[in-house]
Amino acid sequence: MPFHFKFIWLPLLLCLLGSTFAMATGEVNLYSARKEKLIKPLLDRFTEQTGIQVNLVTGKADALLQRLQSEGRNSPADLLITTDAGRLHRAKEAGVTQPVHSEILTSTVPSSFRDPEGHWFGLSLRARPILYVKGKVDPAQLSSYEALTDPKWKGKICIRSSGNIYNQSLMASMMAANGATATEQWAKVFVKQFARPPKGGDRDQIKAAAAGICDIAIANTYYLAGMLTSNDSAQRYAAEQLAVFWPNQQGRGAHVNISGAALTKAARHKENAIMLLEFLVNESSQAWYAEANGEYPVRSDVQPGDLLKAWGEFKVDRLNLGQLGELNPGAVRLMDRAGWK
Amino acid sequence: MQTVENESAWSRPSIRMNAWRIGVPLIALLLSVPVLVVLSYLFEPAGEVWQHLVDTVLQDYVINSLLLMVGVAMGVLLVGVSTAWLTSMCQFPGRSLFEWALLLPMAIPAYIIAYTYTGLFDFAGPVQTLLRDWTGWGYGDYWFPEIRSIEGAALMLSLVLYPYVYLLSRAAFLGQSICVLDVSRSLGNGPWRTFFMVALPLARPAIVAGLSLALMETLADYGTVQYFGVSTFTTGIFRTWYGLNNAAAAAQLSAMLLLAVFALIILEKGSRRQARYHHTTQRHQALTRFQLNPRQSLMAFLICSGALLFGFILPAGQLLWWALTTAEESLDSRFLSLISHSLLLAGAASILALLLALFLSYGKRRRGSWPATIAVRVAGMGYAIPGTVIAIGVMIPFAAFDNALDEWMRLQFGWSTGLLLSGTLVALIFAYLVRFLAVSLQTVEAGLGKIRPTMDEVARSMDTGPGEIVRRVHMPMLKGSLMTALLLVFVDILKELPATLILRPFNYNTLAVRAYELASDERLADASYAALTIVVVGILPVILLSRTITRSRHAKST
Repeated sequence: MPFHFKFIWLPLLLCLLGSTFAMATGEVNLYSARKEKLIKPLLDRFTEQTGIQVNLVTGKADALLQRLQSEGRNSPADLLITTDAGRLHRAKEAGVTQPVHSEILTSTVPSSFRDPEGHWFGLSLRARPILYVKGKVDPAQLSSYEALTDPKWKGKICIRSSGNIYNQSLMASMMAANGATATEQWAKVFVKQFARPPKGGDRDQIKAAAAGICDIAIANTYYLAGMLTSNDSAQRYAAEQLAVFWPNQQGRGAHVNISGAALTKAARHKENAIMLLEFLVNESSQAWYAEANGEYPVRSDVQPGDLLKAWGEFKVDRLNLGQLGELNPGAVRLMDRAGWK
Repeated sequence: MQTVENESAWSRPSIRMNAWRIGVPLIALLLSVPVLVVLSYLFEPAGEVWQHLVDTVLQDYVINSLLLMVGVAMGVLLVGVSTAWLTSMCQFPGRSLFEWALLLPMAIPAYIIAYTYTGLFDFAGPVQTLLRDWTGWGYGDYWFPEIRSIEGAALMLSLVLYPYVYLLSRAAFLGQSICVLDVSRSLGNGPWRTFFMVALPLARPAIVAGLSLALMETLADYGTVQYFGVSTFTTGIFRTWYGLNNAAAAAQLSAMLLLAVFALIILEKGSRRQARYHHTTQRHQALTRFQLNPRQSLMAFLICSGALLFGFILPAGQLLWWALTTAEESLDSRFLSLISHSLLLAGAASILALLLALFLSYGKRRRGSWPATIAVRVAGMGYAIPGTVIAIGVMIPFAAFDNALDEWMRLQFGWSTGLLLSGTLVALIFAYLVRFLAVSLQTVEAGLGKIRPTMDEVARSMDTGPGEIVRRVHMPMLKGSLMTALLLVFVDILKELPATLILRPFNYNTLAVRAYELASDERLADASYAALTIVVVGILPVILLSRTITRSRHAKST
């Protein structure tokens, strides 16, 4: 097979060359756990306005964090973007981030959504309320996450598996509020309320509720928003069967997580990176998040889109989200013990 | 697989010999590094997290993984071997179409088929909705197979993995000397007896090679089982790593997985230690296929079309439907760059993997020293480890090397080299080689195993040099296996996700990355474009390969 040999070197050469193009100045390098589709439009706008080129690698947060760690001080990444606070906290613990001192960031991002020392900042809020099937559930019967263990909801709740970070964060927030022991007691009852063994993603829980498998689904609001604006009539129909109930409004508030960003310790384009962070919390970017992603703006002076407004205003759990990272391993163990698949 | 007994002719002290003696273990060792990195965590203390795992979830992980493997093994053997036998040895309408079409399911990533089947057959999907509309039933009024279950996961994986068994066992059936089969028939054995008594045992190494590939891929699967909510060893690894934030325990789980696979391989090898599978004659005659009667033809047609329908037409049709009706994605220049990136990576890495597999398996065949054998085995283990874990195993040594070099250069010359290899396509292609070497290695070895050492000896006795033997004796016989190896790896890399995701350079996307990003965001319809393109790009080599195999068979029948 001699013909193979001639062609090998060409792609290899191309590969080596491929690595050098992210080295020019006037740029900023991102490791992003936020999917390209959900951040690229904003980054393009940033490049348009500032002329700063944004280079992007997307991936899973933990793997990106591992990459950052092993690359050490030579890492090309300037910013790490994740879709939950726990991973940002973990990055800080791993010592791969550095504090940012920016008047703009500290004044626009509420203190519970950023690291006290400035290692990370929230960019948008991801709320995880209770969704119920209209007509089947009287919202007056609902009150809090804790009250979902009431016998009247037995076999009526759909929620995805405990392997998912959203559920882990929710449990961590409950541990922070009620303590580990009480939360474990609660979880042991809660898993018995499930209509079926956990499977699928958040959209699947919404679909299942609409199809009559359960009356209550727990899902992040942007999935509901995504379904309501979908091209697929079946998804729109399913989503229209459900309404949002904001739990724990008498108490600590509904559970939220953030998408957020941290400046890496190895950052070589520090100024550009901070400029990008500040850009991401400005009013028009925040409005875009709310409009395009169905997430809530992190700053209270920016209104969410019409769709989100229709679900009403709600009280947010003001727990400092760094706690979610600290409590996460405990939350997973607790769910293991409770038999939450 | 086969040690040449008379080594003296090969052992001329020359540079060439040293290249084999040193090169084989060296390359094998290099490719083993990521696996060894994972294994090295065995010695890292993981704390009391193990007690927690044993107390709560470990049992589930083990049992579910075993059940899944048993299910997939049954599925791929049943479908793969039967269709291979039918298309290579029997004559029935549609046979020449099935010959290549049966390979198509391998172009569909397992998690994508899982999504499409869920979309079709889930409670909220069109099939069950239609059923309820017709009958007026509600939830709980009727029984319907639950697609998102461990049985469902085994089915999904079987549907996309049976082509491994099909491909390898078909090549084996085609390569079998007709004389052997004729002898069987002349002894009064019918097609069934010939199949079970002669053809099947003779094809065993190839079938086992295909099966072990399918099972290794099953063990490494994350997307399907995670979506179906089945807790397996792989989901456990990620849960321990991400959720419990314990990388050491996660790597130890991976290492356990590796040891289990290693034990399986040794066991299989041991069980056929005495048997040799070379053919005693090269006298092939034009293949006379069993002519099936109409009833048998119908059965054969149904079996083959069933595999094709459920493995390809249904999921691809669902993807096409999504792409046409609901997707928001459009074909722009960015999309074209996804295609070219995917092609470049898959092309370069599959060719490299083939060359390495050839080099290593020849090295083993010629000088089967045990360190080389073990190193080659270890290098081939990467296939059973979840892609993300392998990617980390690549990332750590590459970054360590880069940083050490950088440190040294700074100290010596005050000049920083930064990250030389990390974050480049070199690291990524290396990861592909580690992950998919098993595929090319198994296929090439299965092909080499059929070539009798006596043929080499005869050629040598006629004063033919080693290079000449390879070129003129082995290559014509190996051609089918080599093409198979090339194609399998090519398609595997097209589909590969976790390593691509984490090791790729900035702004470098592939079809698989795009499909995954949208699918994992639960936007299946939008993912359909990229997923379909993977399928289309994968089909072309599938057809080419099938033609080559068929031709190589004809060429041999003189």
